Amino acid sequence: MPEIKVTPLGAGQDVGRSCILVSIGGKNIMLDCGMHMGYNDDRRFPDFSYVTQNGRLTDFLDCVIISHFHLDHCGALPYMSEMVGYDGPIYMTHPTKAICPILLEDFRKITVDKKGETNFFTSQMIKDCMKKVVPLNLHQTVQVDDELEIKAYYAGHVLGAAMVHIKVGSESVVYTGDYNMTPDRHLGHEHVVCSAAWIDKCRPDILISESTYATTIRDSKRCRERDFLKKVHESIERGGKVLIPVFALGRAQELCILLETFWERMNLKAPIYFSTGMTEKANHYYKLFITWTNQKIRKTFVQRNMFEFKHIKAFDRSYADNPGPMVVFATPGMLHAGQSLQIFKKWAGNEKNMVIMPGYCVQGTIGHKILNGQRKLEVEGRATLEVKLQVEYMSFSAHADAKGIMQLIRMAEPRNVLLVHGEALKMEFLKGKIEQEFSIDCHMPANGETITVTTNPSVPVDISLNLLKREMALGGTLPDPKRPRSMHGTLIMKENSLKLVSSEQALKELGLNEHQLRFTCRVQLQDPHSDPDTLHRIYTHLKSVLKGYTIQHLPDGTVMVESIVIKVSSSAEDTNAKVLLLSWSYQDEDLGSFLSSLLKKGLPSGLC
Amino acid sequence: MKLYCLSGHPTLPCNVLKFKSTTIMLDCGLDTTSVLNFLPLPLVHSPRLSKLPGWIFKDGTMNLEKELKECAGRVFVDSQPEFCLPERELLDLSTIDVILISNYHCMMALPYITEHTGFTGTVYATEPTLQIGRLLMEELVNFMERVPKAQAATCWKNKDIQRMLPGPLKDAVDVWTWKRCYSMQEVNSALSKVQLVGYSQKVELFGAVQISPLSSGYSLGSSNWIIQSHHEKVAYPMDQSSLKNSDVLILTGLTQMPTANPDGMLGEFCSNLAMTIRAGGNVLVPCYSSGVIYDLLECLYQFIESANLGTTPFYFISPVANSSLEFSQIFAEWLCHNKQTKVYLPEPPFPHAELIQTNKLKHYPSIHGDFSSEFRQPCVVFTGHPSLRFGDVVHFMELWGKSSLNTIIFTGNDGRQRLNTGCAVSRLGDDRLKDSFRTVLSEPDFSYLDALAPYQPLAMKCVYCPIDTRLNFHQVSKLLKEVQPLHVVCPEQYTQPPASQSHRSDLMLELQPPPMPYRRCSVLNLPFRRRYERVYILPELANSLVPTEVKPGVSVATVSAVLHSKDNKHTLQSVPKPPPAPPSKKRKRVMEEPPVVLAPKPLLSGAVPLEAFLTTLQKHGITEVKVEEAGDGHILHLQAEDTLIQLEEDGTHIVCDNNEPLRATLRDLVLRFLQKL
Repeated sequence: MPEIKVTPLGAGQDVGRSCILVSIGGKNIMLDCGMHMGYNDDRRFPDFSYVTQNGRLTDFLDCVIISHFHLDHCGALPYMSEMVGYDGPIYMTHPTKAICPILLEDFRKITVDKKGETNFFTSQMIKDCMKKVVPLNLHQTVQVDDELEIKAYYAGHVLGAAMVHIKVGSESVVYTGDYNMTPDRHLGHEHVVCSAAWIDKCRPDILISESTYATTIRDSKRCRERDFLKKVHESIERGGKVLIPVFALGRAQELCILLETFWERMNLKAPIYFSTGMTEKANHYYKLFITWTNQKIRKTFVQRNMFEFKHIKAFDRSYADNPGPMVVFATPGMLHAGQSLQIFKKWAGNEKNMVIMPGYCVQGTIGHKILNGQRKLEVEGRATLEVKLQVEYMSFSAHADAKGIMQLIRMAEPRNVLLVHGEALKMEFLKGKIEQEFSIDCHMPANGETITVTTNPSVPVDISLNLLKREMALGGTLPDPKRPRSMHGTLIMKENSLKLVSSEQALKELGLNEHQLRFTCRVQLQDPHSDPDTLHRIYTHLKSVLKGYTIQHLPDGTVMVESIVIKVSSSAEDTNAKVLLLSWSYQDEDLGSFLSSLLKKGLPSGLC
Repeated sequence: MKLYCLSGHPTLPCNVLKFKSTTIMLDCGLDTTSVLNFLPLPLVHSPRLSKLPGWIFKDGTMNLEKELKECAGRVFVDSQPEFCLPERELLDLSTIDVILISNYHCMMALPYITEHTGFTGTVYATEPTLQIGRLLMEELVNFMERVPKAQAATCWKNKDIQRMLPGPLKDAVDVWTWKRCYSMQEVNSALSKVQLVGYSQKVELFGAVQISPLSSGYSLGSSNWIIQSHHEKVAYPMDQSSLKNSDVLILTGLTQMPTANPDGMLGEFCSNLAMTIRAGGNVLVPCYSSGVIYDLLECLYQFIESANLGTTPFYFISPVANSSLEFSQIFAEWLCHNKQTKVYLPEPPFPHAELIQTNKLKHYPSIHGDFSSEFRQPCVVFTGHPSLRFGDVVHFMELWGKSSLNTIIFTGNDGRQRLNTGCAVSRLGDDRLKDSFRTVLSEPDFSYLDALAPYQPLAMKCVYCPIDTRLNFHQVSKLLKEVQPLHVVCPEQYTQPPASQSHRSDLMLELQPPPMPYRRCSVLNLPFRRRYERVYILPELANSLVPTEVKPGVSVATVSAVLHSKDNKHTLQSVPKPPPAPPSKKRKRVMEEPPVVLAPKPLLSGAVPLEAFLTTLQKHGITEVKVEEAGDGHILHLQAEDTLIQLEEDGTHIVCDNNEPLRATLRDLVLRFLQKL
């Protein structure tokens, strides 16, 4: 039985360093290649020695697919391709291809230049790695090789985020990456109005879904937005400073659009800053990839580009000490390094200030700690930092919640679900729900654990049109359950082709001679009639016994049952002792055999 | 399979393909050359045009001077310009299931088809094709509605009158079916029926046919369509790699300008432009608002400084100028590699963004409003419509036509030859094609002399720089040799040299077998025999099959199965086991029940080798065998059993009386040596 194997190297019952290996139809695919924000040691990257102990990965992988540009999905890519060694194709969408190297370079700078780590990938490695990238368009069917095909779908998580359908023959797997089923202010798919991500009813053997918010059913987005604006507004009113740690692309744009419109409407004057560098560049990407944003933005972009902000200015680090209220968007989003962490340290001591965490924080990050109520922090080994400012959590990260995950399963109708990118306890809960509602198996492997799913693919075959048409004419399009009509043919297997033709055509096509196997059998019979009468009595007898068969009494003194020939002769000595000669071919073997034993029993007396 | 040809214009095709019970329209081109028979629509009152004399029959019998005006010896219809629509009588257009669009020029007749024929299907196009097509339609509607004309001339269309008119009016075809431009409402409704597709996306139609657009490299988002079932492939028009093994190739939109090297032409364009400006004249470039203009602007971007044109204003005037320039920048995914790389920086893919930023290029929705106050001369103006019959270009013709300092530069092909241009055939091979990608390669055309006719006499200089990098005949022949389609279908114009150059046999398609030509209203029966269909064998049945090798590398298995057919998908599953026969009361009669044959016996092949067979018989205790040679084979006499076996090359005959078990044994032994099919 064919099998599909799935092994997470990262993101198995965990969030961070997403990296999932899939073996399907003899092909090996790596889905995402991320880093873990919670670790600074070896655990930061997936353990590629699982694939091979020594040597390069190229021989073991047919392709690598990156779902979107977040570092927990692509952060280990240059390490994997340039330091471990992989030269095969790496697939990602155009926006991901554009943005991913910039985030990788930032990541490298923070790690090497600021923290002084060595043995890390270099700028050149990032460039070399990106040369191996093959861009993917949405809905384009990409033929990786003759058998393996992949197709990207809109995931609505961040600009360019994609889900991917991987297919070999009739076996297939869908990998969601991170996705969002609720359309928002800047992302949304043209296909559907009511959800952001969208996929065909492609009935994959396995759906590999993220499950960040496996147990959450979020209240309406409108409420969350109102709540967010209210908190920001209140804090500004009382003269406080608001820090919003974000990742440069994604929620940042969403919240900027939100605040921009609010500032405009309320005529607010407090400055909004966006931390340096990335802002303008990031917004430029959104402008150039406007086709990836939602319908509304796309429709109006000629008149007014939503990504040209009036109220939001670039941030300079000196502004942090300015008096008076302000709102600052700063990177990164989990307060684990960089500018957001610096500002946080400055502002943490004042209870008038506020930090709003708009997304998920990985364990080990400061973001995670303060969200769990920790009020005293050890920051980089220095004195403890007293956290007095208000800490708010508001889930704006564009992940599907439990409802969204169920919705996607309904869309795709998979035969199995496999959960990754979530916490074990929450997964457990969702797994139960999925199994109950859809009656399908749901798996949640830990890192390094392999899930094997046996598939049962049907075999595509080319049937000769003659045979098909003949059968459809005889049997009609719908088979009759009471009298199943079977069709017969010969399957010719040559190299990779499978052809189903009639047996006669098969002989012809293969250039084979037909071998006739015939049987002749003499049956002795006592019947006091003339030979022709006996023959007629046989005819009448068979007529009554064999319903639904073609029986003919031919003028040349034979009876034919289908293609079985029956002749009568009598011996010279005893005219009542008849000899029946039965002759049939192998194709009528069952009937011939039946007839010979039937006639041996003699003819019933009642025959006329 | 049948092909209905609804347009005779080789570059603005409209064909309908009936294939496997689906009806597919391939492109929906609008033949706009009909507008050349009409007077231009001026934006502001033109004393010259309004003073043109009416045309009167020589014998004075009929007076059509209200409808027909004469200018420089040619007769024009004074009415709202009308278009020649695709043929509507050839087949019932409401039966069309889908319309496939190759590029934005080939969809201009869409509202006529989707809104007025009972069409209920879906239109497939790529996103750039839809967006830019919408702009071109919007522009067309705007041009017409801006200067409404009360008069609708119809008398001249009367058959008896038309045949008395001078050419080319006399020879215009189907003038009664000519229609005025559609409305914006009809455009919106038509475009709401468009379903977007991406390159290489596979779309299933009714489970019977799969369609897929591939990049053709002709224009932003332009596609070649591959229409295929599992066993048949129709390519329209084409792309090399995926074209291989096509059964039918429908070929339209070739260039026939083998002498005009596009890069050379761009150079000529620039030098003519610079010369005119230096002499203090103005340059008018009639063009569509999307397409070649991006190329021209890119070329000028590199040229402006070196030619010392830094201070010359460049104007682009169209109701959709701004949208067109903006849209061109957001389709990076549809562009060539070089342009994609720019977006990664991030920089706009086309340099006209910089021309706009530095104020070198200005765009306006029309000559009214801001333009009239900011307008400086000498200058370069890009504007439409290329037919010179409507749009802002009419104004500039009236304004500049009288001075020999000014120049008009045509970049489209010469329509007189009716040879060139059209949809999506393009350079060889996808990759090479993308590298040499030049957004739009040419405009569907108007003869520039015909276009200029109602402005004669003209003092303005006239330059003709056809820019067309579509495939020429030499390239096509080479390509066809490589991809070897079984049949090629093309407009009849491609099968003979142009009338004006009848000796140029290189300006036609010569193929073996010869291509099948079509013209307007042709119905072609495509010689196409389907022989196979895809069927799926369900796993249970597949596992029960027993293959045997009949030749090295070739195995066969006999299959008995139940066929299920649903939505044009066929599956085979195992024959269900018959329910056990109900216990019969009359046991004796059971014997007489004829056998229920579930599977017929397979055909046999091969031969029974004598020696090996004898050995096998021996193993089964049959030792007394007398072998006689007879004819082609041998007769084996099993003396103890009084049974004969005749072994021949292509047959075996077992004669065995009254010993059913023996017969069955012998049968099975013989079968061991034979292959079953």
